[in-house]
Amino acid sequence: MPFTRRKWLSQCVAATAASGIAAAQRYAQDAVRSAAPPAFQSFDAATGAEIAALTSQIIPSDDGPGAREAGVVYFIDRALGTFDADRRQAYQRGLAAVQKKRRELFPQSSSIATLPPAGQMELIRAIEHTGFFALLRKHTVYGFLGDPSYGGNRGGVGWKWVGFENRMSYQPPFGYYDAQAKGGE
Amino acid sequence: MPGATFQPSEAVDFLVIGAGAAGGVVAKELSAAGFRVVVLEQGPYLHEKDYTHDEVKYTYQAGLTNDPKTQPITYRKNESETAQPRKAIEYGRQVGGGSVHFTANYWRFHESDFRERSLYGAVPGTGLADWPIQYADLEPYYTKAEYELGISGLAGANPFEAPRSKPYPLPPMPVKSSGVLFERAARKLGLHPYPAPVAILSQPYRGRAACVHCGFCESFGCEMGAKSSTLVTVIRAAEKTGRCEIRPDSYVRKIETDARGRVAGAVYFDSRRREILQRAKAMVLCANGVETARLLLLSQSKAFPHGLANSSGLVGRYLMWDNGAFASGLFDHPLNEYKSIQATRVLHDYYEADPKRGFYGGGGIDARFDYYPASFALSGLPDSAPKWGAEYKQALRTYFTHTMGLLSHSSSLPQERNYISLDPVVRDAWGLPAVRVTFDFHPDDLATMRWLLAKQVEILETAGAKKIWTMGFSIEDNMPSRHLMGTCRMGNHPQRSVVDRFHRAHDVPNLLIVDGSSFVTSARQQPTATIQALAYRAADFAIQAAKRGELG
Repeated sequence: MPFTRRKWLSQCVAATAASGIAAAQRYAQDAVRSAAPPAFQSFDAATGAEIAALTSQIIPSDDGPGAREAGVVYFIDRALGTFDADRRQAYQRGLAAVQKKRRELFPQSSSIATLPPAGQMELIRAIEHTGFFALLRKHTVYGFLGDPSYGGNRGGVGWKWVGFENRMSYQPPFGYYDAQAKGGE
Repeated sequence: MPGATFQPSEAVDFLVIGAGAAGGVVAKELSAAGFRVVVLEQGPYLHEKDYTHDEVKYTYQAGLTNDPKTQPITYRKNESETAQPRKAIEYGRQVGGGSVHFTANYWRFHESDFRERSLYGAVPGTGLADWPIQYADLEPYYTKAEYELGISGLAGANPFEAPRSKPYPLPPMPVKSSGVLFERAARKLGLHPYPAPVAILSQPYRGRAACVHCGFCESFGCEMGAKSSTLVTVIRAAEKTGRCEIRPDSYVRKIETDARGRVAGAVYFDSRRREILQRAKAMVLCANGVETARLLLLSQSKAFPHGLANSSGLVGRYLMWDNGAFASGLFDHPLNEYKSIQATRVLHDYYEADPKRGFYGGGGIDARFDYYPASFALSGLPDSAPKWGAEYKQALRTYFTHTMGLLSHSSSLPQERNYISLDPVVRDAWGLPAVRVTFDFHPDDLATMRWLLAKQVEILETAGAKKIWTMGFSIEDNMPSRHLMGTCRMGNHPQRSVVDRFHRAHDVPNLLIVDGSSFVTSARQQPTATIQALAYRAADFAIQAAKRGELG
C-alpha cells in the first residue's frame, strides 16, 4: 500500500469547539506574517497535495483564480485542527476511499495530485455522490468564499470572482432595477 | 452596561427565564415599574463589537444559535419512529435571543388570525381554535413595541392590514432591485405589494444609528446596533433602571416549587457548571417555543408528576413552525441583492384562507435574498446546475449578483400529534434529557405551500426572470425550523390550554409564560411582532397582579 495517511491525524492538536475559531484565525494570521508558504497543521505534505488536487477540480483555476490560488487546502487544514476537529476521521476515511477508487480506475497511478486533469475529473465523477465529497465541497466553498482570516479566500479572490464587494456599508441604488426605478421617479 | 446584582438567596420579585424577544421586553417593563428582576439566559452576553460578517462563524457554524454538539435534538416524524439526532429546530442563544440574528421581518397579525375557528370551522386532524383574546386587545401593545423597539414601515400601504392606532415610527427602508421587480410584477397581476415592515432603523432613532445596508442581517448580529433587537433596546433600558440583572451563561435545569405549589425559584448551571438556586416571588418563563415546554417537563415533582403546569397534558403539544416555500429567479441585469436588508417588499393578497381552494391555509410572500457568498454557492443555485468544475465556477459568477427569491410564509396548523418531549436516551452536555421533536406536516399545510409556490413562480415569470427554480418543501427542507410556536397554548379552559388569557399558568398562580409557546395558531409566520406585543401585555398584567399581591 503506497500511502499511509494515518499519521497526519495524530498530529492534530485537539481543540475545543469554543476556542476553535480564535485558534483557526491565529494560525492563519501567523501564516500571513511568515514569508514562507504556510505550513500544514493537520495534513502532512503529501495529504495536503492530494486534498489540494481535489479542491482544484471543484473550483478550478481556469479563466480566473480557483481553489488553489485561494489557498482552500489551508482553510481545510486549519478547520480540521480547530472548529471542525470532529471531522478529521471523516477526512481520513473519505480520502482512503478515494484512493481506493483511484487505484481501481488508474492502477498505474501513484497519487491524485499526479493524475492528469482529465483523470482527476473522472475520479471525482466516481465519488461525487458520497458523503465525503459533500463535506469536501462544503469546505472548498467556505475556503473559497469564507472570511480570509481562516487561511482561504486569499486576498478576497473568491469574493472578487462572484462579484461580492465586501464593504462595511452601501448606499442605494444597490442594483440595476432599483437604480432604474429611482431614475424614473 | 452595569445592571443590578442580586444574591441567589435573595427572593427577587420576578425571575425571568430567557433574555430573548419576549424576556427582554418583560424584564424592562417589570424593572421600570419598580420590581427587582433577575433574567437567566443560557447563552453568552455579546455586544455590537462582537459581531462580524464572518460566514464561517455565522452560516457554517450558525454561531448565534443552539449548538447540537452540546445540546443535541432528536427528531421523528411520528411515534412509530425512533427519534434520531438532527438539528430540527433552531433558536437564538445569547442575550437578545432570536431578535439578535433574525431577518427582522415585523408583521402584525390580522384580525382574522385570532378567530380562525369561528371564521372557518374545524379543520380535520387539527386543534384549530380561537384565541381567548382579540386583535383589539393586542393593538396597543403592537404599537408600543413598534415605538419602543424602532420599526420601519409604511402604515396603510398594505390594504389587508388590521386597523392601527399609529403609523410606524420610522419610514420604510429603501427598496432593492428584488423589491422593484416584485412590485412591478405584482401590480401587473392586480396584487398589492407594500414596503416590508422591519425591526431595522431606516433613520437614527432614540440614540441609535440607522442601518448602513451592509446586508448581514439574517443569521448575523448587527454591529451597528441598527437591528432593533431586545439586546440594544429594552435590555439596556432594563439595566439602566438599576433593578434588573441580566445573568448570561445560566442554563436552567428545573423550576422549583414550594409546599403550596407555587414557584419558589429556579436551579441553573452557571458557566462553570455549578448548580445555583435563584429564589424569586414570581416567574415569567420566556425561554422560546421549545425550551419553555422542555423546562416545564423537566420540572417534575411529587406535586407535578407530569411536569410543571401540565395538568392538561398539553405542555409541548401543538408545536407549529415556519412553513414556507422558496422560488428563485435569474435576471438579465445585476441586482446585487447581497446589499442591504434581506426583504423590502411583501404582499398579503393570499393571506386569508379561502374554502374555495379546497384546503385550509394562506400566506404572505416576500421578495428577498437570504444568501451570502458561501451559503449561496452551496444552496442558492438551481438543482440542475453543476456542483463542481468550470461550469459550477462560472455559474457562481453569473448567478450570485443576478438572482432574487420569493419566500412564502404560510400557515402551520396546530396538531396535537406534533410535540416536544424529553428524549428517553439522548442527553445534553449537562446531562439533561435532550429535546425530542415529533412533527409532520398537515396535508393542508403542504397544499398551501404548493399553491403559494405556483403564485411565486407566476410573479417571477411576470417580472421577466429568464430562469426560475424552486426549492422542494419536504420536511427535511424545512429544517432546522425557527419560529417555534404553540407548545403552551393560551385558552380559557384549564383542560384544553396551559396558560390563561393573561399568560398565567392555569396550574401555578405565580408563573407566567410568554413567548411563541403561548400561540394558539401560527397565523402566517413572522411571529416576532406578536410575541413582543404579547410580552408587553403580559408584563402589564404581571405588574397589576403583583401590586394586588396576587403573585407573591
